Amino acid sequence: MTGESAKTNLPPLSLHVPEPRSRPGDPVDFSDIIVPNAGKQPRPDENADPKDMMDLSYDLVRVLDEKGAAVGPWDPKLNEKQLLKMLRDMALTRAFDERLYRAQRQGKTSFYMKCRGEEATSIAPAMALDSEDMVFPSYRQQGILISRGYPLVEMVNQIYSNKGDKLKGRQLPIMYCSRRLNFFTISGNLATQYPQAVGWAMASAIKGDSRIAAVWCGEGSTAESDFHAAMTFGTVYNAPCIFNVVNNQWAISSFSGFAGAERTTFAARAIGYGMAGLRVDGNDPLAVYAATQWAAQRARTNQGPTLIEHFTYRAEGHSTSDDPSAYRSSDEATEWPLGDPIERLKTHMIGLGIWDEERHAAMDEEVATEVKAATKEAEKNGILGHGLHQPFETMFEDVFEELPWHLREQSEQAIREREIKWPE
Amino acid sequence: MARMNMIQAINSALDNMMERDDNVVMMGEDIGYFGGVFRATAGLQEKYGKTRVFDTPISECGIIGAAVGMGAYGLRPVPEIQFADYIYPGMDQLISEAARLRYRSAGEFTAPITVRSPFGGGIFGGQTHSQSPESMFTHVSGLKTVIPSTPYDAKGLLIASIEDNDPVLFFEPKRIYNGPFDGYYDKPVQPWSKHDAGEVPDDYYRIDLGKANIVREGDDLTVLAYGTMVHVALGVIKEQGIDAEVIDLRTLVPLDIEAIEQSIEKTGRCLIVHEATRTSGFGAELSALVQERCFYHLEAPIERVTGFDTPYPHSLEWAYFPGPVRIGEALDKIMKG
Repeated sequence: MTGESAKTNLPPLSLHVPEPRSRPGDPVDFSDIIVPNAGKQPRPDENADPKDMMDLSYDLVRVLDEKGAAVGPWDPKLNEKQLLKMLRDMALTRAFDERLYRAQRQGKTSFYMKCRGEEATSIAPAMALDSEDMVFPSYRQQGILISRGYPLVEMVNQIYSNKGDKLKGRQLPIMYCSRRLNFFTISGNLATQYPQAVGWAMASAIKGDSRIAAVWCGEGSTAESDFHAAMTFGTVYNAPCIFNVVNNQWAISSFSGFAGAERTTFAARAIGYGMAGLRVDGNDPLAVYAATQWAAQRARTNQGPTLIEHFTYRAEGHSTSDDPSAYRSSDEATEWPLGDPIERLKTHMIGLGIWDEERHAAMDEEVATEVKAATKEAEKNGILGHGLHQPFETMFEDVFEELPWHLREQSEQAIREREIKWPE
Repeated sequence: MARMNMIQAINSALDNMMERDDNVVMMGEDIGYFGGVFRATAGLQEKYGKTRVFDTPISECGIIGAAVGMGAYGLRPVPEIQFADYIYPGMDQLISEAARLRYRSAGEFTAPITVRSPFGGGIFGGQTHSQSPESMFTHVSGLKTVIPSTPYDAKGLLIASIEDNDPVLFFEPKRIYNGPFDGYYDKPVQPWSKHDAGEVPDDYYRIDLGKANIVREGDDLTVLAYGTMVHVALGVIKEQGIDAEVIDLRTLVPLDIEAIEQSIEKTGRCLIVHEATRTSGFGAELSALVQERCFYHLEAPIERVTGFDTPYPHSLEWAYFPGPVRIGEALDKIMKG
């Protein structure tokens, strides 16, 4: 029967397989992306009924206009100190990424992931949230840790899996964890943090706490069942949780069309669940801050969860194991119509008269020096190699709270093997 | 002391723990107002309020994922998965998340959750209400697997599971909720009220995980079993007049290897019985352990009696079930060996 049908008068069915705008060597054409004017999007009251604000799931909340001025009702009106912190943390994150990427290329570790172009989607929310709020990040939110003041040297220790690594060399580089900073342990399995964040938020509500949860995933991961389970639980229990979808257009080599972007926006997922949804210019740190602040206020006053789509662009490869020139046009990043978040904030601050090119250059130098010092310090604890930085028995610890007999036996075996494999 | 069936004993354990620890919360499909399809949570929402005992959307991924998040907050969730057969959508949350949190965070985050789920066949549940998936979990590092065989054990083991700081799979053999079914599907089952192990204290008590129970002492051979199959094996042994030692493992991980070794060193023969499918079943692990650790004490090959490697059939349930005939044949083989 394959290929044949008794109903020969009907046209044959055809399967649609999405195809991105451009492939390597093609001219880049982003003309289908509608970039509305900044400041034109209405800002509903934090108590608004989700069904009265559906348009915001298809719009694009923007604050910074083409000249860098902050305009419209979403302008969070940050003070100079806040703007400086935002800019510096983004610059520090970028400098950190640059250096650790090189460290991977130099063989000091196995793996690294940059967030270039997406810095605003971590740093602005981290600033808008309370430091006591719990974050459930995916793997590209290093900006949150930096914003919350996690020591860079601890980050590098983790990346090098060295003897200073608080995670005992067990996790792939960049899969950080800090209970002290309310930063949940990162999983390599995608979107698993989504229902967990809802559960945490539900627990906070059960206990009558005032802390809320925020969670991140990429647009590609919204296809996971965990995402939809979380959205359902989030609205069913009105959980105090902010769902961030970082739509950076690419999931490794699969463009956003494979997660459904040809049909609708990711923010519009909220509508089907009866949740508040916002689609935000993810390269506009002030818009991201304002959206998070709005959603946080909503969650904190028992108005329920919000889905925020951060419309942005992954300016570099998925990871050090990826080569984006093999599947997309290398001009996309420079042609991206929403610009670069650091450049946009810098222009804004220069326009306000609180910043200039000289101070910016000095800051870039300062953050690069800070990162360099952290890597040098961390290297004293060793770089990745042979797993010899941690005592062998640590491999068997923390599987359970207590070591059962079978792990004790296997631990003894590992120690015997060590004496043969590495006698020195 | 009260007489309880296994459901009542589980309910009593949950009640004790809800009362003792404000951080214990329960959630699952139909467990709130209704009290669960098997009534294990009956009356608990009324007693402890609907923010501690509540119904959930039909999403096992969401139930277990939310439980992991609640555990990270500091609660001690006891989610129910209505049938073990339904647990698969939650597998990633169990295997990649609950089981790994302590390890990957070097102890900063843990998942002190107890997933309760009725399992096993013999109730005409067909292939989606009869499975015994325990070996899928025993294969995963970081998970504990507990299976009671009596009301008394069910309560003590469930309390110990809830108090445990690691994630526990607590599989309830639903065929013996009401009485110790011995494998003769065409005969009435004695209710737990007429059985010693149906005597269950109302108050809190615990049975530590990792300790097997020798339910019958004997010298001729050792039977390793858990859940429903403990009673089926006991029935056959009684009928055949064999002086077997029957060990109810109670927890598969962590396993009481000492009890197993001591018994086999004494008897020299070993029969393993479980209802789950044969290939890569927990019996394979038990068989390997006995062979590795007790080989020079063995006087006959180890025998495994299990379900067949097919889906659990509806109409042919009793042809599938590892009942007295299959066990009897294996016993003959071992005793002649």
